Amino acid sequence: MASITQQLNNEQLTSTVATVQIRDLHRQFGDHVVLDGVDLDIRHGEFVALIGRSGSGKTTLLRTLAGLDHDVVGSGDVQVPDKISVVFQDSRLLPWSRVLDNVLLGYRGTDARARGRDALAEVGLAGRERAWPNELSGGEAQRAALARSLVWDPELLLLDEPFGALDALTRTKMHGLLRDLCVQHTPAVLLITHDVDEAITLADRVLVLEDGRIGTDLHIEAPHPRSYRDSRLGEYREQLFSALGVTDA
Amino acid sequence: MTDTITVSGADAETIAVAQEQSRQRPLQHKRRRLGPGKRLRFASVAGPLLILAVWAVASATGILNWRIIPGPWSIVTRGVALWQSGTLGPDIAVSLERAAAGFALGAGSGIILAMVSGLSRIGEAFIDSTVQVKRAIPSLGLIPLFILWLGIGESFKIVIIAIGVFIPIYINLSASLVGIDKRYVELAESLQLSRWDFLRRVVFPGALPGLFVGLRLGVVGSWLSLVVLEQINATSGLGYMMYQATNYGQTDIICVGLVIYGIFGFLSDRGVRLIERRVLSWRRSLSN
Repeated sequence: MASITQQLNNEQLTSTVATVQIRDLHRQFGDHVVLDGVDLDIRHGEFVALIGRSGSGKTTLLRTLAGLDHDVVGSGDVQVPDKISVVFQDSRLLPWSRVLDNVLLGYRGTDARARGRDALAEVGLAGRERAWPNELSGGEAQRAALARSLVWDPELLLLDEPFGALDALTRTKMHGLLRDLCVQHTPAVLLITHDVDEAITLADRVLVLEDGRIGTDLHIEAPHPRSYRDSRLGEYREQLFSALGVTDA
Repeated sequence: MTDTITVSGADAETIAVAQEQSRQRPLQHKRRRLGPGKRLRFASVAGPLLILAVWAVASATGILNWRIIPGPWSIVTRGVALWQSGTLGPDIAVSLERAAAGFALGAGSGIILAMVSGLSRIGEAFIDSTVQVKRAIPSLGLIPLFILWLGIGESFKIVIIAIGVFIPIYINLSASLVGIDKRYVELAESLQLSRWDFLRRVVFPGALPGLFVGLRLGVVGSWLSLVVLEQINATSGLGYMMYQATNYGQTDIICVGLVIYGIFGFLSDRGVRLIERRVLSWRRSLSN
């Protein structure tokens, strides 16, 4: 089973059709130019991490891809698939709906309940269907948010610092879970993070957004699962830190 | 302090006991609690019961003149007598009817207008500012106008009550509809919810707490307007009964009316709170 998915994964990685294609994207708020000519391709099944200093426009780029940027001044060509799911930094579960109803928010289909249950089981929340969101821990809530995005079987999964508010131990567990889910479902993934180690451990490619453009585009060649302390990752880390302007890393 | 003291048998025992006690209280260093702590039982009736007790004692000992205010028991006996003579029952029924009709009208229009104003920019532009102006005009000041427009029958009373109920329900509901958490709006957009699903799953449940605050204020407000209305222009109802009693100096009947108003106001507020607890059961785990 694992080897089959691995094979499929490789096959999709070699395909040249890009799931996401951005050309010359400009965005500005008032006089402040946030994105100044971004080009970006994400292939089917590819896991891309985007890092950058705060205010560098990471979230602006993600909101463009998610179609959430209303009343924004800008230009550019953006091609995205139909089925896009977003996971936000906070779980954004509706406090007045039970977990299963949250997972199925907006989803219609005869198999909806079963699908929601499956998604919850996949993220390790089987049996918590009837819980209220405020009964969940931070990690559990974020798992439920992941389940909510999986129900739609997305072609593009957008993650906006999804583990930023979690403690280190929970975060490590969530990394493993996210990686497994991506192998299973093979969406194209764009993960926004400010954590260089998180980017290196999870992604096939790490991009650095600087001065409104993609400045660095680094392919991470290391087998999964990766560890923070893997010595092979040290060089990538140094490159990324210097791209971010952190010299003493 | 550094001297070695030989302790007698009895003293040694006291020291041993003290040591034992300090062992039993290992949490001596706990910080002083600054929150209010656990809620008292019967907290909701404690204050009224205390006043009732003081009142009863003061009346029984003659400190309170019965002409100024009669003892609690004479109010009860007078109430029972009025009930048995068959005048109190119909008066209560009429008052209840007015309060209920006014409340229903006020709550209904409050909810509808709040939704129009809270959910559309055009509605907001036309309705919200108008209601804010109305807020500044006292409803009771409108009584003469409404008598001229609607006659001195039932309808003007119900309309005045409805206006009093309408305001708090409108204000609270429209505020919570407008104040819907932007993060949830963004979530709904990313999940491509239909307009109807967005209202049903996100906006309305999110605004329910605000609606209940409005309903609680409104339901008590309906009784407050009623007291005044029934004393100004009425030929039936509790207020009319009290108005008549004023002419004959029957303080006990006035008090019977006040007590019944108080009881109904209290009960209707409790009723709304009960429904609120049921409907907003997801909040319970928060407050615990």
